[in-house]
Amino acid sequence: MKLINIDDNVQVEIVSFRGGRGISLKLRQLGLMPGDRIIVTKRAPFNGPLLVEASGRTIALGRGVAGKIEVKVCE
Amino acid sequence: MRVALIGQPNCGKSTLFNQVAGYKADTGNFPGTTVTFTESSVRVIGEKIDLVDLPGTYSLTASNLAEKEVIRYLSSNHVDVILNLVDASHLVQGLELTLELLELGKPLVVGMNMMDEAARMGITIDGPHLEQILGVPVLPLIASKGRGIKPLFTTVLDAGRNGNVVSRVPFKNQQVEEIILEMSKNLQDLKTDWDREALAIRLLEDGSELLNDSEFEYLDLKKDIETYTQQVTEQQGKTPSWVFSEERHALAQELTKQVMTRGEERVTWQTRADDILLHPFWGYVILLGILWAFFQAVYLTGSVIEGPLISLFDGMIANLSGFTGPGSFLTDILTGALQGIAGGVAIVLPYLMPFLFGMGFLEDVGYLPRLAFLMDTLMQKMGLHGKAIVPFILGYGCNVPAVMATRTLEDRRDRFLAATLSVMVPCAARIAVIFGLIAFYLGSKIALLIYIFNIIVIALTGRILSWRILKKSPGLILEVPPYRMPTLKTMLNKTWFRAKEFIIEAWPILIAGSIFLELAIRYNIAGFLNLIARPFTWVLGLPSAVGVPLIFGVLRKELSMIMLRQALNVTDISQALSPEQMITFTIFVVFYIPCLATLAALRKELNTRDMLIIAALTVVIAMATALVGRGLVIILTPFGVLF
Ligand SMILES: Nc1nc2c(ncn2[C@@H]2O[C@H](COP(=O)(O)OP(=O)(O)OP(=O)(O)O)[C@@H](O)[C@H]2O)c(=O)[nH]1
Ligand SMILES: [Mg+2]
Repeated sequence: MKLINIDDNVQVEIVSFRGGRGISLKLRQLGLMPGDRIIVTKRAPFNGPLLVEASGRTIALGRGVAGKIEVKVCE
Repeated sequence: MRVALIGQPNCGKSTLFNQVAGYKADTGNFPGTTVTFTESSVRVIGEKIDLVDLPGTYSLTASNLAEKEVIRYLSSNHVDVILNLVDASHLVQGLELTLELLELGKPLVVGMNMMDEAARMGITIDGPHLEQILGVPVLPLIASKGRGIKPLFTTVLDAGRNGNVVSRVPFKNQQVEEIILEMSKNLQDLKTDWDREALAIRLLEDGSELLNDSEFEYLDLKKDIETYTQQVTEQQGKTPSWVFSEERHALAQELTKQVMTRGEERVTWQTRADDILLHPFWGYVILLGILWAFFQAVYLTGSVIEGPLISLFDGMIANLSGFTGPGSFLTDILTGALQGIAGGVAIVLPYLMPFLFGMGFLEDVGYLPRLAFLMDTLMQKMGLHGKAIVPFILGYGCNVPAVMATRTLEDRRDRFLAATLSVMVPCAARIAVIFGLIAFYLGSKIALLIYIFNIIVIALTGRILSWRILKKSPGLILEVPPYRMPTLKTMLNKTWFRAKEFIIEAWPILIAGSIFLELAIRYNIAGFLNLIARPFTWVLGLPSAVGVPLIFGVLRKELSMIMLRQALNVTDISQALSPEQMITFTIFVVFYIPCLATLAALRKELNTRDMLIIAALTVVIAMATALVGRGLVIILTPFGVLF
């Protein structure tokens, strides 16, 4: 499942990144890696970005970027 | 001894730097405040060192130009000690960079900053244990309060003098370690003082950045890189850059588990604030409220001071000829000088100071990244993404740092577009015109309308330009830091730091310009200059005398306003310009050619061609919008909605 299609406040695990090297590098730099758990906490209206909590850090991700992050829901 | 401050964005490097070197580097609560290096010679504990503040970087593999500065600095300057600041409240991510820095094999000291915030989050870190694992000194620090600075620098000096031995923490993956070792053996003959294993890792990770070209041309380096990259990729199924960052990520997580304990988090106002400030509806209401309150505060403070001060100086100028003789050369010079001085004290500073203070507050409290979140959708419509809001907001202060801030954008196309649009943002110099002229004579409502009109024009320009430059922007990825309450001292330092730029650099130009104008009128040069500008002033329906202020405005935007009264030869501008003319003039000043300093910044960040394109574009936009503005005033005036 893609990160954009995930409901708020559900813990998910990153499976993989799609898209160019630029985006995956930037995400890795921020300490987001496949296997990490993240939660979407807020989203801006009108197809705005998502706010994501990742190990204590808050990161804003545009829709385009969130669409390239493949995740699965944690049990 | 040269000490370089390296750490992830927003971990407090510039704050520490300023504590030691005096306020010399801008600080702010958003990642990417610093985009270039600042060096300063300082005396700490009796010893002279060169301290260098660098941009924040998440890793040594740069993803934007600001981050590139770090690796470029490291490769082209001799650094004796790396002072690695880590945000204690985000230990895992911070350690990833620390592990990478250890690979370099340079003397290194870790400053564990933001200990106050970590404590508030219930985090405790076992410093001695971490020291033992990393093999380098780790010291606690609260840079913003100045705590822990002395022990930190004592350790740094020791490390510099003794050159403490630093070795990297090996990766868990044995196969990868073997490849690194093998490759580093091939690098033995290379003439460089970098650690060979560090080089091998960096070369595999992102190429040549640590070496200069002649070193890089050495032997079969390129072939080596290719071979080993391929070897890693085949063996691990991922590129070396992926493998290494995963290794560091896992290591950092493991280390954190060993040294960090998380207790009860104290819930504070910060935890709740985002529920309101980023609310899909109230977030925007508050945004508008903040901007409106900010505007009113600047207007009220400024206008209270402008009126009396201007009359005071006008009185002095009127009495001047009594002492030095009417029409004498000396009178002209002194009149010019007084006009210039008056312009600074009475028209610029009263608005500039409250503006800078308010802006500093918004930056330090951490509102800018939230603004990026809220405005991302709108920015997408202009062909950019939320992060580009930072150059825009900085642009209201000064266009030069705004243009430089575009370095934090990953894409060259984004940088061009953001730079083009941010030079159209009315900077603090243009406040002199918008507030000193428009708000002062026509009321704050019209001034506010000019700001809104400006935003609409910028948005439309962005929309049109991004039609032409087709590729889509890659999108927003931005860390949002916690809210932080700035201290009054930081705020005042920051305001003063920026106001000083005006007082030292711009004010003398204003005074010289005003004296020049007096003399130009005396010797009839002004008429000639006005003639050159006549095509523009004629089309805009402005008196020919405003030509000189417009031409000089390219030097410093304040000059357009300061020279205006002089050029029109009135103390009360409303006697010489109609409201419609004031508005047309102001709109033109807001948009046309960026000032010299901004042009230079554009040239540096982009190139000469782009600078010329942007300058030409702004003239076209200034003409078009000034005419539209004029038309709007003419149409709306009979309805009485404006005045
Ligand atoms: N609570 C707390 N805040 C701090 C501390 N040190 C710095 N800050 C705040 O953290 C924010 C970021 O500080 P900067 O010095 O601009 O950080 P930087 O590392 O230079 O950031 P970049 O230039 O973007 O890489 C500012 O708002 C500082 O006031 C600290 O020890 N405790
Ligand atoms: Mg900084």
